[in-house]
Amino acid sequence: MSLDHDSVSPNRDFKVVGSRPVRPDGVDKVTGRAKYGADLSAPDMLIAKILRSPHAHARIKSIDTSKAVALPGVKGVVTAADFGSVRRSLRAVLENCMAQSKALYEGHAVAAIAAVNGEIADAALELIRVDYEVLAHVTDVEAAMAEDAPLLHEDMITQGIDPAPIKPSNIAQFLEIGHGDVAKGFAAADAVIERSFKTEATHQGYIEPQACLASVAQDGMAELWCCTQGHFVVRDTCAQLCDIDASRLRVTASEIGGGFGGKTTVFIEPLALMLSKKSGRPVKIVMSRDEVFKATGPTSSTMMKVRIGATKDGRITAGAAELCYQGGAFPGAPVEFGAMSAFACYDLENLHVSGYDVVVNRPRQAAYRAPGAPMSTFAVESVVDEMAARLGLDPVNFRLKNASSSGSKSAYGPKFGIIGLAETLRAAKAHPHYTAPLKLGQGRGIACGFWFNFGGQTSVSMNLQMDGTVNLSLGTPDIGGSRASMCLMAAEELGIAYDKVRAIIADTASLGYNDTSEGSRVTFSAGMATIAAARDAVAKLCQRAALIWDIPVDAVVWENGEAKPSGANAGEFDPLSLADIAAKAGNTGGPIAGHSEINADGAGVSFATHMVDSEVDQETGQVKILRYTVVQDAGKAIHPSYVEGQFQGGAAQGIGWALNEEYIYGADGRMQNAGFLDYRLPVASDLPMIDTVIIEVANPGHPYGVRGVGETSIVPPLAAVANSVSAAAGVRLTHLPMSPPRVLQAIDAAKLAAK
Amino acid sequence: MLHVTLSGSLKSAAGGRQTVEIEAGTIRQLLIALEREVPSLSEHLEQGVAVSIDGEIFRDTWSQEIRPGAEVFVLPRLAGG
Repeated sequence: MSLDHDSVSPNRDFKVVGSRPVRPDGVDKVTGRAKYGADLSAPDMLIAKILRSPHAHARIKSIDTSKAVALPGVKGVVTAADFGSVRRSLRAVLENCMAQSKALYEGHAVAAIAAVNGEIADAALELIRVDYEVLAHVTDVEAAMAEDAPLLHEDMITQGIDPAPIKPSNIAQFLEIGHGDVAKGFAAADAVIERSFKTEATHQGYIEPQACLASVAQDGMAELWCCTQGHFVVRDTCAQLCDIDASRLRVTASEIGGGFGGKTTVFIEPLALMLSKKSGRPVKIVMSRDEVFKATGPTSSTMMKVRIGATKDGRITAGAAELCYQGGAFPGAPVEFGAMSAFACYDLENLHVSGYDVVVNRPRQAAYRAPGAPMSTFAVESVVDEMAARLGLDPVNFRLKNASSSGSKSAYGPKFGIIGLAETLRAAKAHPHYTAPLKLGQGRGIACGFWFNFGGQTSVSMNLQMDGTVNLSLGTPDIGGSRASMCLMAAEELGIAYDKVRAIIADTASLGYNDTSEGSRVTFSAGMATIAAARDAVAKLCQRAALIWDIPVDAVVWENGEAKPSGANAGEFDPLSLADIAAKAGNTGGPIAGHSEINADGAGVSFATHMVDSEVDQETGQVKILRYTVVQDAGKAIHPSYVEGQFQGGAAQGIGWALNEEYIYGADGRMQNAGFLDYRLPVASDLPMIDTVIIEVANPGHPYGVRGVGETSIVPPLAAVANSVSAAAGVRLTHLPMSPPRVLQAIDAAKLAAK
Repeated sequence: MLHVTLSGSLKSAAGGRQTVEIEAGTIRQLLIALEREVPSLSEHLEQGVAVSIDGEIFRDTWSQEIRPGAEVFVLPRLAGG
């Protein structure tokens, strides 16, 4: 649904929306009082550990758990045999949680043991005997596409090719998007640039590992406490995998120590539930960092080709790309979103993008902020940057000349509505950063990025207390400050102070269904539902005021947090505040509450422009980020500090992806750097203060004009950093991460070529 | 009559067919007619799709009306992080 927006203009004079109050979860988090996934315990609780495949690819001939089960203190064991058949769409989810006939990657779960403590569980894992037939493996996307590559799924026939191939392969799907005639477009170009690119897999890098506590009672009533971005989806998935009625499984989302898309699916929760079901005792599982790296979703690694043609005066005549993304051991790499996003910033007459979804012996990929878009944007924006330089054009002016605007046909088909890309480019150009002088050996890069954003199913409940304060029950785990934003929107609608509203994340038994906190949807859709719930409550407050005054309800209006007679004819009454009316609720019909259950449509797409200065050490290849500025369209910033935080967080993660982060595999198909010592996340000392500029081009699909902001900010940085480093190094960098050895290799190769 | 465009993986699932002419006044009618016209899309439709109507993207909200002559695209259901 879309809310009726007529009564609220995005350009209205907001009273509390747009302010920067203290975050409601701040005290708990800085004092250590906040309860995360691993913080809950229960009487008689067991600790479970998971046996994982040491092989990248192996047939499981047999699993013997008899010695492990006989160990004193062991209370339960589960393997794939404990789970029944599930519907088609959940088969890969289940097989990723527990290997079936084959272990498809190093770290793939093979069995799980619950014992009275962790030491006994660890000892029991050692007693499980798995007879593996080790198979040839493949972890590289290009190698996996080769004709003679080891097959992960012997029955996988590539979808999307007509006629369908006869032989199975590791290519799960082929797809194409585009419009116009690219051959004609390239023929009309004065300059054509084609380059190949690679990006390596990165992990979402959340600080809190997955953790959960499951309890299934003898009467079948079940509870699950877990760290997730979507506890309703966890409930529905686990209920099906473990054969429990959804109404009998109550899931509570803990505080979350980062998710970034990686906590939108299940890994350990079905195992804990099944172990609890079998043992009759609560079961807790806490993943180690090693397990997080090896068995939860990183993003895809990619291989890409991009070709762009343009006229001398800077008009792009055609764009083409071929994208190959590996999605780990199961189909589902986000190549389609990569294809849809790659050229979204440009209004092109001629466009063709093809994509391959490839499986390899790596953990199943999970969503990571704007899944698929940062990689393809890196490739396209690198060529755009090179084209601007080739044509002798200012990189911002070149982008502005070709920028998508309202009415432009998007790469994926529909025409854009009101969008703010050009505004971000102009603001970037006007920013002092853009004209600040650079020293020798330093370079400046700029790049644009796009993400869709979406809405989805959302429920919100609002309860008015007798003292005039308000409790807001939300079902979207707070991964980026949404409790504060929802309180601001509720306060705005009700006309009360921010600190009179308290928001909580309700469990699955206490509120209607909510889609996961993903897709930059929370401030948009939960905000829309909060506003609708507040309007529902206001309508009831007006009814109660009418009853108190004994006048018709249509003679009552709600203004600035008070019920007032609508005019002189309605009668002379002193205004009634929310607190006045709430105090009389027991006499006027009982508790007052507002509700909203919606399927939110109308999410506005979002664009950003990033600028970055870097310096390259020509001797070592090390890159230092000197200055970074994010300019992004937020539609309307409900809580600007959180919006800025999203901008900065996306940039920081993008810098890590661009410079250091990388899954490194040995020849044995095993990950070599499954820990934060060897998998190098950027830390505060690696980064400058990231400057932000919030652009507000209101989204007409939201009553306050909100656009999602959580994902777009990670789309441009890969390209912006690559453009900056390429300028500083004097050579185009095409393989991420641009770690010192790769940068040095590129510099040396360029020097050699110059000779 | 609506001129419906299939995008990306939906086009692939339809054997490369990009456009379908369909008589429909709502998303529900569109999806029923689309499955009838292109049975190979049934798995995608079961998993959920997005429908763009005159540039505005909807989930498969059955009651959403589609005006005659609207520009309609059927897209993969969006996901995110």
